[in-house]
Amino acid sequence: MGKTIATRMAFGHELLEIAKTNENFVVCNADTKTCGLEKFGIHFPEREFSFGIAEQNLVGGAAGLAACGNKVFLATFAVFASMRACEQVRTFICYPNLNVTIIGTHAGLQVGGDGATHAAIEDVSIMRSFPNMTIVQPADAIAAKALAHAAVDFTGPLYVRLHRNPVADLYDPQTYRFEWGEANLVVNHGSDMTIIVSGILLKKAVDAAALLKEQGIGVRVLDMATIKPLDKEAVIRAAKETGAIMTIEDHTILGGLGAAVAEVVVENCPVPMQRIGIQDRFAESGDPELLYRDNHMDVDSIVEKAKALIVRKKKRAGGI
Amino acid sequence: MVSSNYFTERDVERLEAQALQIREDILSMIHAAKSGHPGGSLSAVEMVTALYFHVMRIDPQNPDWEDRDRFILSKGHSCPVLYAALARRGYFSPDLLHTLRQYHSILQGHPDMKKTPGVDMTAGSLGNGLSIGVGMQLSAKLHHQNYMTYVMLGDGEIQEGMVWEAAMAAGHHELKNLVAIVDCNGVQINGWVNEIMTIEPVADKWRAFGWRVIEVNGHNMKDVLTALHTAKTMRHPTAILMRTVKGKGVSFMEDDCSWHGSAPDDEQLVKAIAEIKEGGVV
Repeated sequence: MGKTIATRMAFGHELLEIAKTNENFVVCNADTKTCGLEKFGIHFPEREFSFGIAEQNLVGGAAGLAACGNKVFLATFAVFASMRACEQVRTFICYPNLNVTIIGTHAGLQVGGDGATHAAIEDVSIMRSFPNMTIVQPADAIAAKALAHAAVDFTGPLYVRLHRNPVADLYDPQTYRFEWGEANLVVNHGSDMTIIVSGILLKKAVDAAALLKEQGIGVRVLDMATIKPLDKEAVIRAAKETGAIMTIEDHTILGGLGAAVAEVVVENCPVPMQRIGIQDRFAESGDPELLYRDNHMDVDSIVEKAKALIVRKKKRAGGI
Repeated sequence: MVSSNYFTERDVERLEAQALQIREDILSMIHAAKSGHPGGSLSAVEMVTALYFHVMRIDPQNPDWEDRDRFILSKGHSCPVLYAALARRGYFSPDLLHTLRQYHSILQGHPDMKKTPGVDMTAGSLGNGLSIGVGMQLSAKLHHQNYMTYVMLGDGEIQEGMVWEAAMAAGHHELKNLVAIVDCNGVQINGWVNEIMTIEPVADKWRAFGWRVIEVNGHNMKDVLTALHTAKTMRHPTAILMRTVKGKGVSFMEDDCSWHGSAPDDEQLVKAIAEIKEGGVV
């Protein structure tokens, strides 16, 4: 097991490092403990702007800075970025296509004890519906660090979705390369089905694939770090080559990664699908692993659902 | 301190004549579009004219000039006044004014910074512009630029809570080159502002947030010019509360909320323009 750093902290700390040699971006903070960037002003007082507990003004102010040619990072909880300041993101960042990176932290059920009010489970659906928006979600700290570099060089509205708690590193820092809009084939145990996953649940997908392999089911796992624009070619290839697709996301199944994949699949190459995620219900307080299990997002549930998907795939093949 | 030679009598005459032209443009373009917002456009004419034809450091040949003064029409539905001023100032041809709200026009129903030369910020959803202005002035501080940012809000608009988030931030960050101009015409879409949701005591509210307040007759060009010049000299963010008349210059539109968002027909247009030409402004 590797180091355990939360994706939010890895991203924020790397941005602080980058700032030492790259003067071309500023940071806007609301008063939250998001990703370590609340300390940005200690190191770079001129380049940090405090907006207090006022997320709409945070986003509006960031838009004003960006309209004057600045590259802006703003950080707050994903619930507030996507909902409290939803319209500001839409109308004043996405519509004028401004160069603002929105760092949304504390995503999904992994937020744990804070419960439903603070667990962003619908932010991807919301952000995905805005033209000009790009959405990315790293799977571990290695990916988050790489993404920090990519985000600094990115131009346009960008939503970076980050998780609260430490997760084990899956990727090798020596070999990992982040590529915009490209799915990353992490596991290739065969062609029985493909699991498409985004964010920290990659670990569960990889573990489930290993268990399925033991049971004679060959699974591919694609890490879809860029949720929008979606790597459609990878999705279509997965559908054609493996004939069944499962999606896994720490998010409601309505409108997020699973929906995005399903849209591509039904329009291009319909195959049996299974979406793993939150089933149209709110989060609650508790240990994240218990919450995942309660929502059938734990490894055992993934394995069971995968086997059921294989049955559907075979029935369909037999029926046609 | 107000400089005595900041403007001359000739400037005032020139600007008043320009304001007449802009009033006529507003009515013509809304008539052509068959929709739009004449009331709040007409109440803002003197201020927008003073800004674009005398006060702001701008270059119509170089709309993206980094050191230019900025103007954000937070009450974006009043964009006919802005479009007319931009066209007459030379940002684009006045011939385009009649394309307001039409398919593929550069003149959208609410300001779009990507489509219209000279529009510094997209606007239209009320309550947002002052936050953008805060961001623009934070940028000015960061890059040691001394441009001004003027944000025009409606008096009904300041019912939006986000305005006060921005007001608080401007005071906190001591944004002395940020000027909020509140078009206090007293009327919003369904009636009188102070019957729907009172904003009084409006001057005290701004002062409480760390702003200096200037109250002015928004239809008196000399007063408007003096207020704008005074605002430039302030060491704090400044709110200009301009008392205006919604629909100013057209008898049947004045103080009538039904003209917040409706277009004159052919007959009404002729009458309105005749009144404007006869009466000028007080």
